[in-house]
This record gives sequence, C-alpha cells and structure tokens, in this order.
Amino acid sequence: MTTGFRARHGVVSATFAAEEARVIQGLIGELVELIRDDVPAPSAPPEDTLAALVGHLGSTEPPEDEVLARLFPNAYHGDEDAAGEFRRFTEHGLRDGKVKSAETVLESLGDPAYSDQVTVSLNPDECQAWLRTLTDLRLALGTRLGVEQDDEDLWTRLPADDRRRQVYGVYVWLGWLQESLVTCLG
Amino acid sequence: MSGTAPVELERPEVEDVVVRDMPWVTIVWNDPINLMSYVTYVFQAYFAYTRKKAEKLMMDVHQKGKAVVSSGTREEMERDVEAMHSYGLWATLQKTGDT
Repeated sequence: MTTGFRARHGVVSATFAAEEARVIQGLIGELVELIRDDVPAPSAPPEDTLAALVGHLGSTEPPEDEVLARLFPNAYHGDEDAAGEFRRFTEHGLRDGKVKSAETVLESLGDPAYSDQVTVSLNPDECQAWLRTLTDLRLALGTRLGVEQDDEDLWTRLPADDRRRQVYGVYVWLGWLQESLVTCLG
Repeated sequence: MSGTAPVELERPEVEDVVVRDMPWVTIVWNDPINLMSYVTYVFQAYFAYTRKKAEKLMMDVHQKGKAVVSSGTREEMERDVEAMHSYGLWATLQKTGDT
C-alpha cells in the first residue's frame, strides 16, 4: 500500500503497489475516453468561413453527461447566450488540457505490468498534472456516486459487497492521495 | 507617488472608481467533492494570494456557499473562470452587484 506523496530534498515522490497504479491507470483511461468521445459538434455552419479560418469552434450547449457537465460547467448564471459563447471558445482548450494532464500522469506511472511496485518522482509540471487529474477523477467518481456534503456515513453503511461502497472507497483513497500531494506543495 | 495637485481639484467619488475599474467579479461556488486544502492551494497558486487570504476565501466558499475571488474587466474574469474550470473548481462570472 502506498504511503502517499512525500517531499524530500525538493523532490516529490510516491511509491504505489502495482495494483494501485493499475486502478489509477484504469480510471484515467475511462476519464480520457469520456472527455474525448463526447467532443461536441461545432455549432457554426460549414459555410461560416470565419469560423473555418479561426479553427474548430466548439458547441455552445452544456454536455449532457453529468460528469462532463461538472468538468465543464456554465460560466454564467442565467445568461445562456453568454454561457454558450464562453463555452464555444474555451471548452475545446479545457478538454485538451485535462486530457494532456491525464496523459502526463499515465507517462509518469509507466508500465507497472512487470514489477510489484511503481515509484514516481515528479517535477513541478508533473505535480500540477497529478493535482488536476486527481481532481478530475474525484469529480467524476463523486458526481457519478452523487456524493453530497458530509454524507460519509451513508456510504460506509452500505453492505461491503455493494459496488457503490467500493467505488466510494476508491474516491476517498484518491482524496487522501491528493491531500498528501497538496501538503508536499504547500 | 509624488507631486502636488491643486487644492481646488475635485476628487472623484471612490465608489465610481471601484465600479468603473472593477465591473465584473469571479465567483467560486461550493461543491461537496473538492478538498478544502486543494481549493486553498488553487487560490494561492493562481491568484498569488497569501495563505491567510486563500484560507478565508476557501472558508467563505465552504460555509456561505460561494465567494468572490477576483474582480476586474469582463475579459480578465473570463480568463479567471477558465483557469478555475481547468483546476476543477466550479466558477462563474457576473457584473458587480448582480447577485
């Protein structure tokens, strides 16, 4: 079992059991798939030559998927036009950024298939990628579960073989891992 | 700052200056998922706020449900909101006073 991230002599590192690394990799794979597969169609018509010149502009509509809607929320309350314009110009970049962070985390984990454990040593950019990706994974799991403020008892009272309790366990573990990383950077 | 101004020069109303210079605000909303330590870290890392100020804003978000974390032009606030979304925080922008 990992003891989380530690900072020693300016180097932030953590050692994971191969099984733990595989859990993280599996979740990241699903997150990247979700973000990539649901790329919204451009809202500008093909004959819009200005949009074609500027490049691929995104949709103005919020994603239907609850996790994507949480990862890419509306920037304006009660102003759909402004929210749509903001989304059109920012969502693609935000999606790319989240995928890039996730890929950086995957690269730092390497291939745990042939060893019992994986040690990652992170430079500052990799620390940022881990922070953001751990956040996105927790947002994804927490949103799917329907986690609410101070509802820990609800989840820990579920039967041990309830899938949601297992997922909640992973969600809590990722939070603990992120806390250890934030402490290293604080 | 140095120099002297004629004493008869009328000073602008402070409130006008604030409204003209800071017409938009970025608001971060509470969510049940993000860690308090992480939200504090983001406020320090992105806005370069002191730990004390970052913690105060984080507690406002946590206890009051939201907090104004920055103010400026609409373009500046759109940049801040985009950055907050990249960090996974739930943020919106609005005109000052539109609450």
